[in-house]
Amino acid sequence: MNKQVNQKAWFLVLPVVILVAFNAVIPLMTVVNYSVQETFGDNVFSWAGVIWFEQVLNSPRFHDALLRQMLFTAIILAIEIPLGLIIALAMPRKGFWVSVCLVLMALPLLIPWNVVGAMWNIFALPEIGLLGKGLNSLGFDYNYTRQPLTAWFTTVLMDVWHWTSLVVLLCYAGLVSIPDDYYRAAKIDGASAWAVFRFIQLPKLKRVLTIAILLRFMDSFMIYTEVKVLTGGGPGNATTFLSIDLDKIALGQFDLGPAGAMSLIYFLIILLFSWLFYTLMMRNEAQ
Amino acid sequence: MRKRSLLPIVYIFFLMLPIYWLVTMSFKTTNEILGGFSLFPQDFTLENYAKIFTDSTWYSGYINSIIYVVANTLLSVSVALPAAYAFSRYRFLGDKHLFFWLLTNRMAPAAVFALPFLQLYSAVGLFDTHIAVALAHTLFNVPLAVWILEGFMSGVPKELDETAYVDGYSFPRFFVKIFIPTIAAGIGVACFFCFMFSWVEMLLAKTLTSVDAKPIVATMTRTASTSGYELGLLAAAGTLTIIPGAFVIYFVRNYIAKGFALGRV
Amino acid sequence: MARILIDKLRHSYVQDPQKPEDYALREMSLEMADGGAYALLGPPGCGKTTLLNLISGLLHPTEGRILFDDTDVGRKTPEERNIAQVFQFPVVYDTMTVYDNLAFPLKNRGVAAGEIDKRVREIADMLDLGHMLGRRASGLTADGKQKISLGRGLVRSDVNVIMFDEPLTVIDPHLKWILRSKLKELHTRIRRTMIYVTHDQTEALTFADRVVVMNLGEVVQVGTPVELFERPAHTFVGHFIGSPGMNALPCAVENGMPSFLGNPVRLGSEIRVPNDGGKLEIGIRPEFIKFNEHEAGPAIPVEVTKVADAGRFRIVEARHKGQLLKVLVTEGDAIPTGTSHVRFDPTHTHLYSDGWLVK
Repeated sequence: MNKQVNQKAWFLVLPVVILVAFNAVIPLMTVVNYSVQETFGDNVFSWAGVIWFEQVLNSPRFHDALLRQMLFTAIILAIEIPLGLIIALAMPRKGFWVSVCLVLMALPLLIPWNVVGAMWNIFALPEIGLLGKGLNSLGFDYNYTRQPLTAWFTTVLMDVWHWTSLVVLLCYAGLVSIPDDYYRAAKIDGASAWAVFRFIQLPKLKRVLTIAILLRFMDSFMIYTEVKVLTGGGPGNATTFLSIDLDKIALGQFDLGPAGAMSLIYFLIILLFSWLFYTLMMRNEAQ
Repeated sequence: MRKRSLLPIVYIFFLMLPIYWLVTMSFKTTNEILGGFSLFPQDFTLENYAKIFTDSTWYSGYINSIIYVVANTLLSVSVALPAAYAFSRYRFLGDKHLFFWLLTNRMAPAAVFALPFLQLYSAVGLFDTHIAVALAHTLFNVPLAVWILEGFMSGVPKELDETAYVDGYSFPRFFVKIFIPTIAAGIGVACFFCFMFSWVEMLLAKTLTSVDAKPIVATMTRTASTSGYELGLLAAAGTLTIIPGAFVIYFVRNYIAKGFALGRV
Repeated sequence: MARILIDKLRHSYVQDPQKPEDYALREMSLEMADGGAYALLGPPGCGKTTLLNLISGLLHPTEGRILFDDTDVGRKTPEERNIAQVFQFPVVYDTMTVYDNLAFPLKNRGVAAGEIDKRVREIADMLDLGHMLGRRASGLTADGKQKISLGRGLVRSDVNVIMFDEPLTVIDPHLKWILRSKLKELHTRIRRTMIYVTHDQTEALTFADRVVVMNLGEVVQVGTPVELFERPAHTFVGHFIGSPGMNALPCAVENGMPSFLGNPVRLGSEIRVPNDGGKLEIGIRPEFIKFNEHEAGPAIPVEVTKVADAGRFRIVEARHKGQLLKVLVTEGDAIPTGTSHVRFDPTHTHLYSDGWLVK
């Protein structure tokens, strides 16, 4: 779109900036503050420079957690984005069933995350849970509390169950927003269903898909409550992703310095990847 | 057409299984839940729900949550609408950076903000109010709303705006009567997501409240910590938590499914 | 190319239509010649878009038939009818270049690559898009995109009719007339049947050989622009076409002759003045009223109340016994002030009963 230059647009944006900055700037300064200081108890802080950053970045524990996190997020994105898109494409556009679909699909999103973790905890238990018992009776040796692989499987399954609907809802809204005239023109031009998808639907969904990818990337990278309640990070540290690791350091050991540093590094990693995603997906808009 | 609807049906079935599980858990005692496997409650009990409905902190928890969540949704979306329009239609100094900066506020776990928010909101005298939670949640909901709305607004050709002006519409009238209906799906989704993310957010809601505005999520975690896991109670609370959200999505379903016929201008 | 015959067509959006008001399109029959340029003209809500969608196949008629070259196409989909359509808001395939956009309909129909290239370049030249073929379609301005839309219809050799649904709505005003002339030129060159829907009379009158004027779901008149101007079949046509529109003056009958507030009015032809209780009106366009001071003959006294300058002519408002008359005075002619007399040109004075022309 050819946008016109208009500095007065700042007025339209001002309320948003004020609200968000009010909430963002002060806490950020606090975290930065902690990350570069050392505490000797009793609130005595001394300047520690970048020692915490070095410590965190060099720790193998951090590397492990980071790698686990990256793998997890990659799997999540690879499943949820295409799956959400396909389901949105398959959903009815008009009629009574639309309401039914939308409401039912939204339900997993509305459950508080600790309840999600708790219900899957029981649901997947080998002896007393529907999933656990079901899989075992089908012949699989399934016990997520002991087996790292099935712990991963269960965690991924839980996340897919929980969050795919977000992608579906976004893509569905994006799809119904495509004006009918595009489909009519495609019919008149004799386009196949695949051509319609490739040349009309997918391009028009680009922005919505970007939002979905970024949202899922960020939220899965920060995942904490559900995993903590489901596996506690185990067995061992098989499912100890970054947030859980951070939690162990900060609260368990009350090391504010390393925790602060790790938070910042964490944030910067997400920032970097998000920025890359965003730039990649939006590079065409520069015209 | 028939074959195509197989996938949503399978998907919904997959979604409903754990929910069925949750609901049946809510009608069981914790002993039964942990004692063995039962597809349907053997000892069907309503005691979990009874506990909830008779304990005043539970239902006041619901009310409190609904208050600040609705306040937050309304605030976030109404503030986001003009901003999204500005990002969508205009270029201005720092626009690209500002847009991305908004999203960065979602890139830190809430835990990072808990203590500073406590200090901040206490300092302005808003501790234990609904406003505090509603405002605190705007940190991540406003960027979300702006991003979603901007995405949908950019799908509406600028020619629609110009044609309306030529036809004599003033900007407010154009915005309300023509523009908003065309992005109805985006508004529906933005409203629902703001509601949802605020509704399930626990840490900040717990941190910023104590008695007056204590939300349901805080009350629920109480059951988890005091006596080990009162699973049945938790399940009942979880089931009840779904209901307001189901209403919200039902309410906005027409917006989401509205579709977009570029109206005669 | 095809001759289109519309036979007793009626359409309702309501499930079970009972009253005439339930019908968005009242019964109509119409014939459009092969290769003709037609305009469907009327105010919003008059049914022109309904008619367009019925012809293109996006709607199935409640009653009646539509025939392309004597074949009933009522059951056929839009693609089976071989039509092309240019929509109100430009529809282009954003991710493709201009070239690929134009080639798309041919590729889908399995046309050979060499043939595609030839036709694409030919049409692109016709539309002045030749130098832009490598550009991405999303980068073009609105008028460029509409040209691409049109081009996709023109590249196909099997197109029966090209439909335009208010295509100039989103075009910049100063580009509108360029595109309008282009469309007319194109039609003259390639002689395909074209149907152009609009609410703008200038667009309709400049583009079409014959204009179908519609109002409230009814076809009011079908005729050439000249016919519509000189002999409106309905007072609505008189109002809608021409700027300013036709004067519709109250008419009474005196001694079997039409009279305007006591002044006898002569009509262009010998017609019997109907006396069946219908509301009678004299219709005369401002262009055909002249100020008459010096000529002999019957004249109507008026008082000049207002003069508006419209560039090449002036619109003078005059009143006779309180009744407003609009008179068009060309450049150079004098405009009297105060009281004066006007004369009606009998050839262009028409009598209307209940809005319809009395013949």
